[in-house]
Amino acid sequence: MQLTDLTMLELARKLASGEVSSVEATRASLERIAQVDPQVRAFLRVDAEGALAAAEASDQRRKAGAPASALDGVPVGLKDLFLTEGVETTAGSRVLEGFVPPFDATVVRLLKEAGLPLVGKLNLDEFAMGSSNESSAYFPTRNPWDLTRTPGGSSGGSAAAVAAREVFGALGTDTGGSIRQPAAFTNTVGLKPTYGRVSRYGVIAYASSLDQPGPMTRTVADAAALLQVLARHDPLDSTSASVETPDYSAALEEGVKGLRLGVPREYFAQGMDEEVEASIRAALREYERMGATLVDVSLPHTQYALATYYLIAPAEASSNLARYDGIRYGQRAKDARGLKELYSLTRERGFGPEVKRRIMLGTYALSAGYYDAYYLRAQKVRTLIREDFLRVFRDVDALLTPASPVAAFKLGEKVDDPLSMYLMDVYTLPCNLAGVPGLSVPCGFTKAGLPVGLQLLGRPFEEALLLRIARAFEREHEHFRRFAPLPAQGA
Amino acid sequence: MPVSDFQPVIGLEVHAQLLTQSKIFCGCSTAFGAEPNLHTCPVCLGMPGVLPVLNQRVVEFAVLAGLALGCEVRSRSVWSRKNYFYPDLPKGYQITQYDQPICEHGRLIIDTPGGEKVIRVRRIHMEEDAGKNVHDASGGQSLVDLNRAGVPLLEIVSDPDLRDADEAVEYLKALRDVLVYLGVNDGNLEEGSFRCDANVSVMPKGSTTFGQRCELKNLNSFRFVKQAIEYEIARQVDVIESGGKVLQETRLWDTNKGVTRSMRSKEEAHDYRYFPEPDLPPLQVSTATIEAMGHRMPELPRPKLQRFVSQYGLPVYDARILTAERPLADFFEACAAKYPDAKKLSNWFLGELLRLLKEEAMPVSALRFTPERLAELLAAVDGGTLSNNAGKAVLEEMFRTGKAPADIIAEKGLAQVSDTGAIEAVVDDILAKNAGEVEKYRAGKKQVFGFFVGQVMRAMKGKGNPTLVNELLKKKLGD
Repeated sequence: MQLTDLTMLELARKLASGEVSSVEATRASLERIAQVDPQVRAFLRVDAEGALAAAEASDQRRKAGAPASALDGVPVGLKDLFLTEGVETTAGSRVLEGFVPPFDATVVRLLKEAGLPLVGKLNLDEFAMGSSNESSAYFPTRNPWDLTRTPGGSSGGSAAAVAAREVFGALGTDTGGSIRQPAAFTNTVGLKPTYGRVSRYGVIAYASSLDQPGPMTRTVADAAALLQVLARHDPLDSTSASVETPDYSAALEEGVKGLRLGVPREYFAQGMDEEVEASIRAALREYERMGATLVDVSLPHTQYALATYYLIAPAEASSNLARYDGIRYGQRAKDARGLKELYSLTRERGFGPEVKRRIMLGTYALSAGYYDAYYLRAQKVRTLIREDFLRVFRDVDALLTPASPVAAFKLGEKVDDPLSMYLMDVYTLPCNLAGVPGLSVPCGFTKAGLPVGLQLLGRPFEEALLLRIARAFEREHEHFRRFAPLPAQGA
Repeated sequence: MPVSDFQPVIGLEVHAQLLTQSKIFCGCSTAFGAEPNLHTCPVCLGMPGVLPVLNQRVVEFAVLAGLALGCEVRSRSVWSRKNYFYPDLPKGYQITQYDQPICEHGRLIIDTPGGEKVIRVRRIHMEEDAGKNVHDASGGQSLVDLNRAGVPLLEIVSDPDLRDADEAVEYLKALRDVLVYLGVNDGNLEEGSFRCDANVSVMPKGSTTFGQRCELKNLNSFRFVKQAIEYEIARQVDVIESGGKVLQETRLWDTNKGVTRSMRSKEEAHDYRYFPEPDLPPLQVSTATIEAMGHRMPELPRPKLQRFVSQYGLPVYDARILTAERPLADFFEACAAKYPDAKKLSNWFLGELLRLLKEEAMPVSALRFTPERLAELLAAVDGGTLSNNAGKAVLEEMFRTGKAPADIIAEKGLAQVSDTGAIEAVVDDILAKNAGEVEKYRAGKKQVFGFFVGQVMRAMKGKGNPTLVNELLKKKLGD
């Protein structure tokens, strides 16, 4: 057993007992990165110095008997979409190369205050646009379960780093499934909280009304513990909810007996991979065995979610990305003659093809004469999709669905086919449109040894219930005990 | 057709900077004239990851302005993004209100040669200001100052109810008076905290269909507003008369040449791609907030003027000057509470006090004496302790030093001499020295009387009580 094989809470217990120091854990994490990241390529930047300093401070607090939180001293990684004071933050884009933020995102501040050493910045699809990590301007991250495959996206770096045990946990962001889909591809737990539950302040915006940061961990209990640190009302984010933070771990082990779990038929109608479907169906039977009642439900507007998402998200993105104009920070086309050329060359060179594609889509959807037909209509459909969810949640406690129609696909397989890439999010993005919480928990493997994720969707602000339902399954199967087949530490 | 055959139609869009201490979406200072980019933070610089947080004071000011202009205040209004690229616009969009502004359907009464006229106020919305580009001609560089980025503005849009340049100026002045009275705007056109765009069109007299309009941008003085609108009316009439068509475009007023010139045509117009701002929830304004603002509503310039006329019996001319500024009106009323003759008080204000304030370019708020002191001074004049002229000298001294009138009179020996004996002695002396003039007077040349008064007053250094001087002269001269 290596130190990095521990879950966050296992490590936290060893830190509390004094058996292990945070510096040791952080060193182990840094060594593991040095060993496996040349293959996995999850990290854009490792901040060894900053992490070790934080670890030392944590150990001092432990010695003084005053740990800052239950997770004080547990090293984690951050998707490179979170602003980190003094540490370069690029959103996976050339346009922000060299950008060193002067302040921390609220969640980064919360992690620091809770004493978690931040090991480094994790790769992502450029500006979180993508489902495979291949649109990162730097390099694609590889799936630790099969290095020829994608870890999913856009939080693929976070998922891969957790699955490869380079960090004990990580933060991702989820706009249309960017936490849950990579979690499903890497045998990890990914939680997208209710919109407004976790602050977006200091998180580089992709689509403001959909983006939500969340934890990516190896176990459900770790996800609960990490969410405990992140879920706070933030006066700096006007969309942050003023609701109390419950104890997410309190009811984790209470099981599912008596719960009504909805199975939305629309999520099983489309072309799902056979092995994935078999794995999901087996999970459904398992819930029945554990005492839950499965209820056949319908979310009739699901079929419009993909089209709705690909109008709203690009529209907001086209506006959010206007600030990358070469005037104040990041890259600038220094050879430009005149203002217009400065804008066009900076953006031409700074943005990759996927980002340009979405800016164009969004600009078109918002332009005069098309707004009513596209953006406004999409907003109306979005309301219907949300109402679908709120209606079924009057009858069931949560929904069970696949997280992705397929297991991890090969790098390069879909990169030239944006439409088929967009279809990867078909099960995850209705949840963002509705603003409800969603979670992906490992539920099995394909014959080729690729992970499959079960998605749970819940009522607004009922993350605790989702975690409890996920934990019930995890307790029976413990897929998290199976490690990605990377060389063992020290090998 | 000459200009007189055409009817101009004018609507105004006014941008008024709100007198908040901090910006609309962050805590940065709104103070004018600081070092470039001193008053900036990640939020108003539009750094990646930042989010706006609304300054509630801006909402209060917008509600106050809306109520003062008789608007309906929406209980729910929506923030929008107006997208365009410009170096002084840090986020690449301006946060503003678009199809659901906070206030709508108001009105403002103005005076015209034909009497009172109601100008409809279509809407009032809140928005953030942009920064400023500074072009350095010598170095060929352009620099950006973002101190102003995020400063809160109200945009107040009138209906096209104005019919000539004078009405437009009247409307602007009345609007400025209201906003300044409310304490939401400083009315400073030079610093750009009150500026205006004018939409101008002309149509043949009797027509009900408006002509094609042009927008005149950024008029920053009442004089330019008048000149630009008048020029633009004549230009449009010229175009029509020579068989041309007025094109929809945005024009600039060239202050040097005294002409408007085209900035961009309809074809070049921006597509702003407005959409609801996803970083800010819709704005809810409670009935309680609206009521609270209603209670805070001061008396507005127009009702105050009318009250000054009826309550104090002042001429409209006096009342207009006294109510032009709220601090002046307040000071006048404080004086009137201590001194009963409002007209006499008004004469002192219009004659002496305003002259002194103007000479020193001093605001009323900086006056060094209290209303009580001014009342004391006027009472001294009325009671004969001071002559009118000596009173003026005392006021000037009060203005400069803030000393009490009694102290000034004592120090400078300005008290009027009402001692009959003392005056009589001077009168005798003057009459004795001017025997020839006395002869002429007695022979019927009554005009010489003024000469005697002058001589006596001069001998008494202006301190002789004029009534007594007159009486005694007449007595001695045998009238």
